[in-house]
Amino acid sequence: MLQERIPDFSKFVEPDRVRKEVYTDAGVFEREMERIHETLWIYCGHESQVPKAGDYYAVQLGRQPMLMVRGPEGKVHVLYNRCPHRGNMMCGDRHGNTGEFFRCSYHAWTFHHDGRLRNIPMMESGYQGTRYGRDNPECSMKRAARVESYRGFVFASLAKDGPALKEFLGASLVAFDDMCDRAPEGEVEIVPNCFRVIQHSNWKIFLENQLDALHPSVTHQSTGRAAHEVEKMIEKKTGKAPLSYHMLSAFATVTIDKWDNFQTINHPQGHCILTGYMGLRPKDPDTLKYEKTLIKAYGHKRMEEILGVNIHHVLIYPGLSVQSPLQQLRAVRPLGVDRTLTEIWHFRLKGAPEAIYRRSLAYYNLVNSPATVVNADDLENFWKCHQGLSSDGGDWVSFARHFGRDIEKDGVVESGPGMGTSEAPMRNQMKAWARYMGNGK
Amino acid sequence: MKTQHEVEQFLYRQAELLDSKQWQAWIDLFTDDGVYWMPPEPSHRTWEGMPAIFAEDKNLMRVRMGRVLHPDAWSQRPLWGTNHVVSNVVIVKSSTNEVQVRSRFHMMELRRDDVRHYAGAYTHRLKKTRGGYRIKLQRVDMTNAQAAYDYVLQIWV
Repeated sequence: MLQERIPDFSKFVEPDRVRKEVYTDAGVFEREMERIHETLWIYCGHESQVPKAGDYYAVQLGRQPMLMVRGPEGKVHVLYNRCPHRGNMMCGDRHGNTGEFFRCSYHAWTFHHDGRLRNIPMMESGYQGTRYGRDNPECSMKRAARVESYRGFVFASLAKDGPALKEFLGASLVAFDDMCDRAPEGEVEIVPNCFRVIQHSNWKIFLENQLDALHPSVTHQSTGRAAHEVEKMIEKKTGKAPLSYHMLSAFATVTIDKWDNFQTINHPQGHCILTGYMGLRPKDPDTLKYEKTLIKAYGHKRMEEILGVNIHHVLIYPGLSVQSPLQQLRAVRPLGVDRTLTEIWHFRLKGAPEAIYRRSLAYYNLVNSPATVVNADDLENFWKCHQGLSSDGGDWVSFARHFGRDIEKDGVVESGPGMGTSEAPMRNQMKAWARYMGNGK
Repeated sequence: MKTQHEVEQFLYRQAELLDSKQWQAWIDLFTDDGVYWMPPEPSHRTWEGMPAIFAEDKNLMRVRMGRVLHPDAWSQRPLWGTNHVVSNVVIVKSSTNEVQVRSRFHMMELRRDDVRHYAGAYTHRLKKTRGGYRIKLQRVDMTNAQAAYDYVLQIWV
């Protein structure tokens, strides 16, 4: 019976357009949580967020409040943030250290860091002869069905079955390889600060914007122009403006037609890689010093390979946007059909000079902080998008730009040459979405 | 008492310039090397090399001003305004050239039909000049700095 009441989601998605309900219908949202955010591999956090035994971070996977916690043996566990006794939330803080064990604040049931029951007050006298006790797994905190990490980045899936993490990430692994390889020590560590920003729109609107190469020169023109004015002024005075000005002024100086020089590479899981970006490899003394530390660690040839990787963004479906050359990422947490939280983190390249850290930090502060001079206009658009889609002014959202001109090979879809503004990423995401929402995996 | 009065008047003027959107006049309150800083955590001692909600010298302030004044700054189109109340002004240190002041603020913001509240403490390092006080550092410790931001902060608090 239930099966009959579930709408045929494939009818919501056509190759070049999708129905507005995909973004605004509460029933669709519930199904997305179940089939996508509580099934696929979702990013929890970085191992360096929880360096010591007992360190934990609260994280929302789909609708589920979870805890990422470090055990005494060094392993990182992901548990439901819930006491099996009366359902009390175990940790009410966003992060902290739980000591040698979790202790519920209601009746003092205690649990090991992997969720196993440790003790119940007066367990012998209180539970003798009942179905509850140490041997019953239902007396332990429930664990995420699967937890895996890749180069320190921890993911969990709340579904027992499905592809292994590496198989699911596939080509998008390059996000973590590119970020970590840029560190002379081959590792990154978290900068212990999370910027959290809520937008009033569906989560997919954020995803679609990430690889939308057409929007920057329209949405961010005001920032680009303002930064360009100041950049010219500084150059006149001192000869050279900091790189962060260039990153902002590019929104205005790179004219709308130039954004077609980008390329998007779209994968069947919904992941997408945006390549072909502006000068992230300048030739200033800081960069040259950094190149030397990389040569020392890897040799000249490998250094060239590492710094030659031209990636601007990697979007890992369904909720992680990684800017590997700038060592930052945004994790997308849907809060409701029209509310989405982004958690924004920055990483330090281990062994790289301080100046390189500060350069990407400047971008983190300017672009990704809650006082961003860039994303303010994106969020305005996202809200407007959601408002418009909630109306009866039309039934469809169009993703037809350069439709029919994509290049497909073995299930991987690339935007055609000189067609970087193709809406291929949105078409690809929605194709994956329809598959996840249906009965197929 | 005279310093106390002058400092209070200066802080009120700072808030008034923000509420009346006189951005250039507000920037002019800063010394040439002045900094506006909003740390995400009260424990932070410096903005150098640290994540910061704002850490702006005058050049970056000009970028922010240029953006919000641009006719295509979409997010600036709708009705929005702020109202600051500044109080609890305490002079922490005073020397011949400089005064360090702590105060509390409460800012209410209206954007379209949504009201937001931000409150916290200001720490000002004010330089005494012939033309009156100038801000060497305006540190803003918001009580809700660590809370999730419903939308973003487009302008200085």
